[in-house]
This record gives sequence, structure tokens and C-alpha cells, in this order.
Amino acid sequence: MAKHCIEAKNLNLFYGDFHALKDINIQIEKNTVAAFIGPSGCGKSSFLRVFNRMNDLIPSARISGIARVEGVDIYSKSANIVELRRNVGMVFQKPNPFPQSIFGNVAYGLKVNGNYSKNQMSEIVEKSLKQAALWDEVKDKLNQSAFSLSGGQQQRLCIARALAVQPEVILMDEPASALDPISTAKIEELIYELKKNYTIVIVTHNMQQAGRVSDYTAFFYLGNLIEFGLTTEVFTNPKEERTQNYITGRFG
Amino acid sequence: MTHLEIELSNLRTEVLNMWTLVRSQLVKARQAVSDNDRDLAHEILQTEKRINALELKIDKDCENIIALFNPVAVDLRFVLANLKINSNLERIADIAEGIAKYVKHYNKPFSKELLDISQLMDMFDHADDMMLMVRTAYENENTKMARTVFQLDEQIDDINKRSIEVLTSYIQQHTDETEPALYILSTIRKLERVGDQIKNLAEELIFYVDAKVLKHVKKKKLREDLES
Repeated sequence: MAKHCIEAKNLNLFYGDFHALKDINIQIEKNTVAAFIGPSGCGKSSFLRVFNRMNDLIPSARISGIARVEGVDIYSKSANIVELRRNVGMVFQKPNPFPQSIFGNVAYGLKVNGNYSKNQMSEIVEKSLKQAALWDEVKDKLNQSAFSLSGGQQQRLCIARALAVQPEVILMDEPASALDPISTAKIEELIYELKKNYTIVIVTHNMQQAGRVSDYTAFFYLGNLIEFGLTTEVFTNPKEERTQNYITGRFG
Repeated sequence: MTHLEIELSNLRTEVLNMWTLVRSQLVKARQAVSDNDRDLAHEILQTEKRINALELKIDKDCENIIALFNPVAVDLRFVLANLKINSNLERIADIAEGIAKYVKHYNKPFSKELLDISQLMDMFDHADDMMLMVRTAYENENTKMARTVFQLDEQIDDINKRSIEVLTSYIQQHTDETEPALYILSTIRKLERVGDQIKNLAEELIFYVDAKVLKHVKKKKLREDLES
């Protein structure tokens, strides 16, 4: 099994003529949390989306170099995108539950991905909701609409939905930026718990959040990966002056 | 300047004020000992209250900066270093206060011979040189200058090491001067601690500027570090 769960080698991404990611090289270990930080437009979300091929949905997007998940080159001709998206879950900035029941949301991926009995499905839904620290709050109303939940609960529901299909990696694009501090704290606690079983990559604009939740931090600027290292190092003694200027708020 | 930069600049000014005040306490303590000046000793005791208040103010400011601005990297090191510099400066002031109390208690001039052979005044002078040097290094963020105090501290340590032998011999020759000799020995011990505290100030400055931790590093390594 690959030691590095996520890996990029000389990776470049273009949107038409715009060179969005420039020669990115990175290796992210299994069962760790990596935070991507950087100013808006620096390429961190684009890079996150490379790993479940979300950029494929943008017609002008073009990629070169190698991106691997669990040792598999995800842009090779033989890559199975359905399998990749099952293996790499994604949580977005705004909670995006489907217009279905709470149960239906979590069970959605299971219905699409395979043949599960009703009992198996119930077990996985319960386990996923427990992992997402939402079970106690919704166990008596699983058939209610997902929209009846608060924003923080909806976001945890989306995490449960991602967990149900048993991915290896969870990509989170500013998962707590639309949430209040209590819901944010719950998501952060959840990330801490989940890294025992999953590799997590989180894009965040909140420097303190990056410090709290991640083991490694990557700083992006103008499409370049400027620095990648232990979060404790990056936030106390960054190697690059540009990283220091950004995290101390002296940038631009 | 950003809001955080203004707060950090204010903190720096306060620490420099504290530094000036504490250095002046040490200089006054030297004079009080050499001139048996009880009034000056009293003045030191009075100023100590101001220093204690300033220490609390700087502590509170550091706490506020950490809580409100969440500084990181060089800013965080600056705040952490100042927290410790503040505490070290306050301890130096405590030592100056202790020496002033000796002057008040003993209440007689020390003989010139005793002051000369004990090298107490040299110790005071080395300590003052160190205080000034690290303060200038702090003002200019010059860690090379800060490192030079490690050698001066060795001179203070040498005087301290010799003091037992020197003062034992003095007491044997001047049996009626046991009490002043013991006061001088106690003052030497206190100044030895001042040397260590000033070394700590230099280490904190190096931690802030160079992100290097020199605490508990052996003297030989410090010398190598200085040479490099």
C-alpha cells in the first residue's frame, strides 16, 4: 500500500490560457490532515479539485503531470472516475444536501454504488451518522427532510454522506466558513476524529483553523506551492518569507 | 501599520521602558553599595513598586495580543520572547531591591579593601555592560551583539567562583569584618544570578529573531555558535 495517499508530480493546470497551477510537487501521508492556505485565486481549491477530477467539469481545464491517489494515477486513460469519486469524498463550503430525507441523503451513494440490503443500508447510515457526530441529533427523525436541519447539521450530514461510501480521502473546501463557531468547533473535532481512518485535505481561509486541525500545511501563491511542511513548523518558523508575510497578515 | 503591528510596537516600547528602569535600579544599587547611600537604597525600594506594576501591564498586554490577534511565526515569537524578557527583567529588579535591603540593614560603609579584593564593583560593571549591550541588541534586533554577552557572563561567573576562597582568606585576616564580608558574598551570589538573567534576555532575543533555542546549551557550544 502506498505510504503517500495523495501525490502530485510536476502537476500543471490550465484554464484556457490561464496557468492556474504551476509545476506542483507534493506528497501527503495517509491518515493525516493537510491544510491548503493562500490568498483567493492562488490555486488551492483548484488543486484540491484535481484529486477527484472535479476540474473535468470545466471545459477549458487542461492538466499535465501526474496526480496519484493511493498510488493510482487518476488521470491515466484506464482511470475509473466513478471508482475515484467513491474513493475520494468531497465536502463543499455551503452544505448541499439533496432534497431528500436525512436517511435518503446518507444512503444515496450506497444506492448508486451497489447492491445493499435494507438492513445493511440502515447499518451503514447509522455508522456514518455516528462517525459524523450527528446520530444523536437525528436518530429520531431520519425520515424528515434534510433541509429541516441547521446549517452545521447539514454540513455534518454531507460529511456522513461522503463517509457512507467508505472513501480513503475526504476533500473539504472551506467546510466551516459558512458556519457559526459552535458548528465550526464540531466540524473541527470531527476532522480530528476522522483522520484516524481517513486522509483529509482541507482548504481554509481561517489560519487558526488550519493550525488547529491540520498536521501539515501547504501555502499556495499565484499557482505555486510555496511551502509545504509540518503545521507546527509553518506557523512558528516558516522557511519562506512569503509564507511568513501571508500568515502574519503582511501580504500585499 | 496594521493594528497588530501597532500593538507589537507599543509592546516593544513598554519593554524598552522596563529595561531602562531596571538597568537604572542596578546602577543605583552599585552606587548605594559603594557609597553606603541609604537614601538611594530607599529610592530603589520605592521604584520597585513601579517596576512590579509595569511587569503586570506588559504581561496583560502580551495576553491580550495573543487572545485578540492570534499572532503566528515571527510575531508569536516576539510576544513569547517579550513575556519572558519581562519576567527576567523583573527578577533583575528584585535582585537590585535585595541588594538595596542589604545596604539598609548593614548601614555601614564597606571597606575599600573588601570591595577591591572581592571584585564586586567589577561584577556590577560587567552586569551593567551586559544589560546595555542586550538592550541595544534588542533595539536593533542584532543577535550577533546579543551573543557577545555570553562571554561577559563568564567573567561574572569567574569572580563568583573565586569569591569563597578570596573572602575566606579576608575573614581570616580581618576577623572583626565577618559580617560585611558575608554581605559582600551574598551580593556576589545575587549578581551571579543577574548575569544569568541577562543571558536569558539575550537567548530570548535570539529565539525571536533567529528562531533558535539556546537554552540549556553548553558553554562550549555557545562559543562555537558565536564564532559561526
